[in-house]
Amino acid sequence: MKNIDSYTHVRGESVYLDDIPLVNGTLFASVFDSPVAHGKVKSLHIDEAMKMPGVVQIFTATDIPGENQIGGIIADEELLASTHVHFCGMPVALVVATSDEAAKAAVKKIKMEVGPLPIITDPREAKEKNELIIPPRTFQLGDTTTAWSKCDHIFEGSTETNGQEHLYIETQGAYAVPQENSAIRIYSSTQGPTQVQRTTARVLNMPMNFIEVDTTRLGGGFGGKEDQATTWGVLCALAAFHLKKPVKYSLHRMEDMRMTGKRHPYSSDFKIGLDKNYKIIAYEATFYQNAGAAADLSPAVMERTLFHCTNSYFIPNVKATAYSCRTNLPPNTAFRGFGGPQGMFVIEAAIAKAAEQLSISPIVIQQQNLLKTGDEFPYGQIAQSEANECWDRAVELYDLNQMQRDSDDYNSKNKLSKKGLALMPICFGISFTKTLMNQARALVHVYTDGSVGISTAGVEMGQGLNTKILQVAAAIFSINPDRIKVNTTNTYRVANTSPTAASASSDLNGKATEIACLAILHRLKAVVAEELSVDVKNVEVKDEWVFVNDKQTDWSWNKLVQTAFVKRVSLSEHAHYAPPGIWFDATKEKGHPFTYHVYGTAITTVTIDCIRGIYEVDAVKIVHDFGKSMNPIIDIGQVEGSLVQGIGWMTMEEMLYDKEGKLKSNALSTYKVPDIYSVPKEITIHFLETEKENLAIFRSKAVGEPPLMYGIGAYFALYNAVKAFNPAANIPFDAPMTPEKVLMSLYSTS
Amino acid sequence: MIRFILNEKTIATDLPPGMVMLDFIRYHQHLTGTKIGCREGDCGACTILVGEIANGEMHYQSMTSCLMPIGNAAGKHIVSIEGINFADSLNPIQQAMADEGATQCGFCTPGFVMSLAGYCLSNNDATVISSIDGNICRCTGYKPIERATEKIASIMKERTLRQAQYEDAITYATRKKILPEYFSTIKEKLVLIRREALQNQSSELKNFLVGGGTDLYVQQHATITNADIRFVFDHPELNGISKEGNRCILGSSVTVSDLKVSPIINEAFPDFQQVAKLISSTPIRNMATIAGNFINASPIGDFTIFFLALDAQLILSDGNSKRELPLRKLYKGYKALDKKPEEHIEQIWFELPEKNHYFHFEKVSKRTHLDIASVNSAIHLKMTGDSIEQANLSAGGVGPVPMFLQKTSDFLRGKKISDEIITEVIEIMKTEISPISDARGSKEYKILLLGQLIKAHFLNADF
Repeated sequence: MKNIDSYTHVRGESVYLDDIPLVNGTLFASVFDSPVAHGKVKSLHIDEAMKMPGVVQIFTATDIPGENQIGGIIADEELLASTHVHFCGMPVALVVATSDEAAKAAVKKIKMEVGPLPIITDPREAKEKNELIIPPRTFQLGDTTTAWSKCDHIFEGSTETNGQEHLYIETQGAYAVPQENSAIRIYSSTQGPTQVQRTTARVLNMPMNFIEVDTTRLGGGFGGKEDQATTWGVLCALAAFHLKKPVKYSLHRMEDMRMTGKRHPYSSDFKIGLDKNYKIIAYEATFYQNAGAAADLSPAVMERTLFHCTNSYFIPNVKATAYSCRTNLPPNTAFRGFGGPQGMFVIEAAIAKAAEQLSISPIVIQQQNLLKTGDEFPYGQIAQSEANECWDRAVELYDLNQMQRDSDDYNSKNKLSKKGLALMPICFGISFTKTLMNQARALVHVYTDGSVGISTAGVEMGQGLNTKILQVAAAIFSINPDRIKVNTTNTYRVANTSPTAASASSDLNGKATEIACLAILHRLKAVVAEELSVDVKNVEVKDEWVFVNDKQTDWSWNKLVQTAFVKRVSLSEHAHYAPPGIWFDATKEKGHPFTYHVYGTAITTVTIDCIRGIYEVDAVKIVHDFGKSMNPIIDIGQVEGSLVQGIGWMTMEEMLYDKEGKLKSNALSTYKVPDIYSVPKEITIHFLETEKENLAIFRSKAVGEPPLMYGIGAYFALYNAVKAFNPAANIPFDAPMTPEKVLMSLYSTS
Repeated sequence: MIRFILNEKTIATDLPPGMVMLDFIRYHQHLTGTKIGCREGDCGACTILVGEIANGEMHYQSMTSCLMPIGNAAGKHIVSIEGINFADSLNPIQQAMADEGATQCGFCTPGFVMSLAGYCLSNNDATVISSIDGNICRCTGYKPIERATEKIASIMKERTLRQAQYEDAITYATRKKILPEYFSTIKEKLVLIRREALQNQSSELKNFLVGGGTDLYVQQHATITNADIRFVFDHPELNGISKEGNRCILGSSVTVSDLKVSPIINEAFPDFQQVAKLISSTPIRNMATIAGNFINASPIGDFTIFFLALDAQLILSDGNSKRELPLRKLYKGYKALDKKPEEHIEQIWFELPEKNHYFHFEKVSKRTHLDIASVNSAIHLKMTGDSIEQANLSAGGVGPVPMFLQKTSDFLRGKKISDEIITEVIEIMKTEISPISDARGSKEYKILLLGQLIKAHFLNADF
């Protein structure tokens, strides 16, 4: 089934935040944000801005009736800066005017005097100064200190991975509309409606039941609207609360890029030890996460770095320590992969370094150490592995030996262009690592005409969640999908929701929907059993008809529903789902945090132009562990899209902050994401389908994040191509591998 | 009063002519299918079609509505996504996009659909992929979009195959239900509106002179919207590419797309299509003027570098008198021009490369397409046998202005190309440039890269 939104999408009829018809009298907001990265606010001058045409009011920290606090995990982030500013782009004042242009013009008239304070942009410097968001955490397996003596080869090194701008094409935004009795409805482009609701209640000192948050869909999220959408919803609500008028704020792209956090840059150290058969005996890693100026989701992101620090490999002795370092950048946040990619890059770099020093192919080390079922992760969970299955299938299906020969052959014949090849196995755990967040609810109504309406906790942002939800209901009821409508995500209909994140939303919300539909179906069958005096066990609904003992009756779906209604049987259900068996003990750093893992292997080939330093990705050939895909079109789309985003992060997407903490890559003209010409010429995806039981909805494994990490293969393929041109090249492990880094490496000397 | 047709509706508006079409469509006409992604022409979410009568036929091009002033719409047919929708069904473009899973979050989708509609209406031999080179999608990784375009291209192939019994683009598109029937009635309606639009054109001096708007609206959006503007984009005497002897003359409103389809240009620069592909995107090329590129004075302007190596000459006019100025003398410092505020470029002329000439353009950017160069360079050599009689070498991104490398060019005169000479050329080049580290690359990188591009110039030469 194709995405249920595709009809309105291709006609431009799908409604996003900025498309909502405005209520009369709507006002427009714009933020004045800090032009400096760190300092004490000495004075704020808004008088001149107040005199600008169309300006209605300007709000600052003193106008907040409740707590001036938006921090989720840790209460360390003000909504509007009061005494200090901590990053360039930190909101300081909110201008509300009769038009968007008037609000923006007035923002330019606000002046702020700031007493400068030291600016930190480097996470290692922050760690030295003990600027940590939380105390460091260490995951351990075995004992590395004694293991080093058993290693024949030991290598050390450092890596850098840069941040990544989400670049959802729809910018952040919100629209708050006052309701009777001081309630407020907020239309928000958010992945976490409850987070917007909870924070608004906190800031306005109002109970949560007076704040309704409604989300139809997002024009892309990728994690960027998990926590960071909250600010705009709360700001609009603050203005609406005071002015008793609807207030809207749809951010300009440059405001969005300047004020919001991104994927965390990491600086890391590794030490890897192997025996003579290239078995990895010991691995130590230290991660310095650039958290930015406030916690946001950084502690959770840091945790996932540790969870994925050994990627798809079994290593008996591991010690991984992570520091969440406070710097004066916008608070970095969730981004597809959520710290996992940063952890995986380091182990892959360690393997690449070891292979280079040992003059063998990294593929030998990778293959030798793949996880097997029964192996233990550093956090104690026992693997149900598909790592070898995916790897072996890829090697065989795509004829790795031939690919390698073709590449070598090309390189021996071509002096001015070189090919590189790399394998990238992945292993990604599914579930929120904070166990309590693994819960969802669904509200299902069957109407008397046989149509069905569903609301869940999940937000549709292009990933096809609503399509999968609809498929679940259509399958359980065995009715035509056209009868079913999936409604907006609304905190009045489904409460206390977890954000749509962690690749887990189809599982959590799909299972909740399944439970709700099954409950209704059970009641409907009971009606048939009673009316026809048959055993309920022998009643079935198939393709819109009631069957008894496998024989079709004259009861249609409509008749079934109407009869149930007449008999005063409930046609609605609100169901709750919490996946069983997951837990984590943070005092021991051990547990079983994931419902399951997703595996896969990608083979990436690239060609570099050794004159210009530019390059192309020739092909990415993947074997991916889908479980049993319930929607191949959507799942392939997730793999392709995620992969290309990962390649972007590893190649051309270059976040640039200067020493003063100012974002230099602050527009689409300076921050480049992949375009149609820069994507791999070929992407092949093979489904590793298994019949094994798992906790995924309909056994169709989560697919949103894991494939992003195939993109890391592009980095190492480029690395290998540069080495083919200049074996002595000095290539620091410093992603992204921009054309600049390629050219500088090509002509570097070690 | 500006008059044009928006989809099926005739518009007459007194809104500021400097307002961008995107805001007019979304906030004044409440047609929300056209999306706002970046407001700088870099994402394509706001792509529309702009149709005008040329040589008696309707001629449609895709443009980014975020950079197009409504003043430039006078007498034209503006098409938003709502204008290509059928009441109860999808057109083949939309159907292919839906069937292939080419839409995920959907926000970029209307822009892609419009660009592809532009492809279906174009009379030149653009490829289907090049029609969407200005559209960014963050969800799909483009692969399903590629699959959809293959279907669309195959529909259009039928038209090419039937070219013996020529059918114009609009007749074909309406017959194939790619576009609604009303498209066939637009030309007739437009004739009257257009006549009026041409009559209303002012040659009066104003504070702002706007051509295609592609640079001005990125840099000075808020200022221009309500400014007093003279629009020159559609001035007949400022358009056109002509040849007098060996001299090629460009009107100042000539766009990159105009160059792309010009037989004069393609004959003189056989690899011009490859050059143009490296420069911005289809909708921007449809709007961006060569003169605008010069006046913007970006040290990295691609066509400035291209024409510097051709030693292009400018005819500047202040409304009364004219003067001629070599392009290379225009730049006095960073964004400082030898041009009075009341002066504008009226014409550009240059000598077309001849048989014994060699011309080559190189550009490297972080992303190969739709990106601003880290460094670009052009070379123009006049050869006598295998020795260089005259050389013009230009380079961008290596100084405060687009640079004509005089010393390096002089050195090349009388030389025969060899590896040793190229090494010397690169050393001399290094004495002429002064790059800085910025978002486009470090100083060291730019120095190395320009040397590499000089090597590439000679590597491509077939003498």
